[in-house]
Amino acid sequence: MRRLAVIALPYLWLLALFLVPFVIVLKISLSDTAIAIPPYTPILDLSAGWDGLRDFVADLDFENFAFLATDDLYWKAYLSSLRIAFVATVLTLLVGYPVAYAMARAEESWRPLLLMLVILPFWTSFLIRVYSWMGILSQEGYLNQLLMGLGLIDQPLTILNTNAAVYIGIVYTYLPFMILPIYATLEKLDTSLLEAAEDLGCSRMSAFWLVTVPLSVPGILAGCFLVFIPVIGEFVIPSLLGGSETLMIGKVLWEEFFSNRDWPVASAVAVILLLILIVPIVLFQRNEQKQREAGG
Amino acid sequence: MSPQTVFAPWEDPASKPLIRFYGVTKRFGDFTAIDNIDLDIFEREFFALLGPSGCGKTTLMRMLAGFETPTEGTIWLDGRDIGPVPPNKRATNMMFQSYALFPHLNVRDNIAFGLRREGKPKDAIAARVDEMLRLVQLQKFAGRKPHQISGGQRQRVALARCLAKAPRLLLLDEPLGALDRKLREETQFELMDIQEKTGTTFVIVTHDQEEAMTVASRVAVMDHGKLVQVATPDVIYEAPVSTYVADFIGDVNILPGRIAAQDGTRVTIDWAEGQPAIAARTRLALAPGSAAYFAIRPEKIAISAARPEGAANAVAGKVLDIAYLGNISTYHVELPGGQVIKAQSANTDRIAAREFTWEDAAWLSWTDAAGVVLDR
Repeated sequence: MRRLAVIALPYLWLLALFLVPFVIVLKISLSDTAIAIPPYTPILDLSAGWDGLRDFVADLDFENFAFLATDDLYWKAYLSSLRIAFVATVLTLLVGYPVAYAMARAEESWRPLLLMLVILPFWTSFLIRVYSWMGILSQEGYLNQLLMGLGLIDQPLTILNTNAAVYIGIVYTYLPFMILPIYATLEKLDTSLLEAAEDLGCSRMSAFWLVTVPLSVPGILAGCFLVFIPVIGEFVIPSLLGGSETLMIGKVLWEEFFSNRDWPVASAVAVILLLILIVPIVLFQRNEQKQREAGG
Repeated sequence: MSPQTVFAPWEDPASKPLIRFYGVTKRFGDFTAIDNIDLDIFEREFFALLGPSGCGKTTLMRMLAGFETPTEGTIWLDGRDIGPVPPNKRATNMMFQSYALFPHLNVRDNIAFGLRREGKPKDAIAARVDEMLRLVQLQKFAGRKPHQISGGQRQRVALARCLAKAPRLLLLDEPLGALDRKLREETQFELMDIQEKTGTTFVIVTHDQEEAMTVASRVAVMDHGKLVQVATPDVIYEAPVSTYVADFIGDVNILPGRIAAQDGTRVTIDWAEGQPAIAARTRLALAPGSAAYFAIRPEKIAISAARPEGAANAVAGKVLDIAYLGNISTYHVELPGGQVIKAQSANTDRIAAREFTWEDAAWLSWTDAAGVVLDR
């Protein structure tokens, strides 16, 4: 009985905070727009009894999903989000792996401090940190001032409101999610394996590629998924740092909801986004599972 | 070389050592791990470095592998100073205490790892790996990952992996430490067998004196970064140079005393109030009155109910304790002065026929050549 309660608790949590909201969104996506509050129809009215419920279900349709297929803005936004998420994940990996490696090779007494420095940015609001990048990257921003002051450039660079700024923002924001899982696998790595590789004729470099990298694959995968999955739906960074060329589904979604006030289409966009995310989430779960099995 | 010749190149001044430590010191900060060591190890030797943990034996081995460099002094391999040679360029291979098998590679790929780094042709590598798998009898497990085989099998994969490159020198760091007793004993003989078959020079680090005695042609006993004694196992056992060595190897009674008189090799030692002086033989020249220790192994002391006739040394006491080990029994005999001496005898008779039991009076006796006289 107690066992059941323990298992039931997370499922109740999931039901209340994920499944119920999702069903509501799904229901809205099947509704039609209306100039009303809330701005869609039909609205579930249980007082009408069975007939009311039947009429309600009869009014639901897949019109909005069909509409998403006809307008190329949407699938272009999905593809563009996937591409940006992929490139940003690779960039984050390129920056994060050396940092994680250096941390794992640092003196043991230093590691808790380094770990804390990685987590430190979380102490400040995410929104404020993204805003501060606007101050750094803008035409008159600190970066341009520094580069011009050093005489490296004559004209200020246009970085803000381009995809480059979006990538900088994403790499900066999601870096800890990449560093932490990679650090966890590298820290566990038995250094005698590297000595064995050297003893058997490897240079330091080839020992890194043949032993360290293959053994940190689970951490690399975990970090990549932890960055890739949320970045697909990212809204704040592209809308604050990106420009007109930056097309991401999170921004489209926001505009549908708040500019167009078309809740049904916006919900349909969200449902499709969730379906797209299920693939990497399942892959991520499988990677975690495999790692647990290998560990145990 | 006639087949009767005993393998003892260290006694032949003409033979050239494979490894030569020349005044080697290693310091880590303030800590001196290795303290001015000179040591020669010869080709085809099975050389054991023996000592308690922290005595520097592992550091000595890691310097041979190239993972540590001497602070002072030089190490020569095959007449070449290997100080500046990095580990991946040395003709040495090491078997790690943890085995350090690559968890992402199967048994075959683990063994082939070193060979692939040499850039040999594929079929030559495959043939060599097969040969190694046969040598350690793991053909059936070639496709398994390290976590899918037993501890003993992992140990053999590690051995095969470091033998695959046919090194001039094989280093084994506590190779059998993780195995249970029975498997360890079997593996010791396997190791000796493989060493003989391949003709490789082995240097083994161990804290297990029995293991060192079983496998090694010579044993170096280490203490606090110094070599206390380097000799064959029987010399280490029968003629230790100090009470430290005597105590470290096997069971021993150490009786502190003072030299009463010396006449040539004959010496008498006063050691306890009311007890006759011990008669012993020694090659040391000891001044009368100087402190000395008499060390004697329990199995060299006879125990009897009656005073033995004509024994060079005999003392009476009372049986305090009997440790029955099946094949032998160890008797702890307390003398009137409170000293406890251990004597061991083979249980040639059934246990019921034993002449004495707890609290009985008993005589201990030994010849004048049974023990060693030590001055430190």
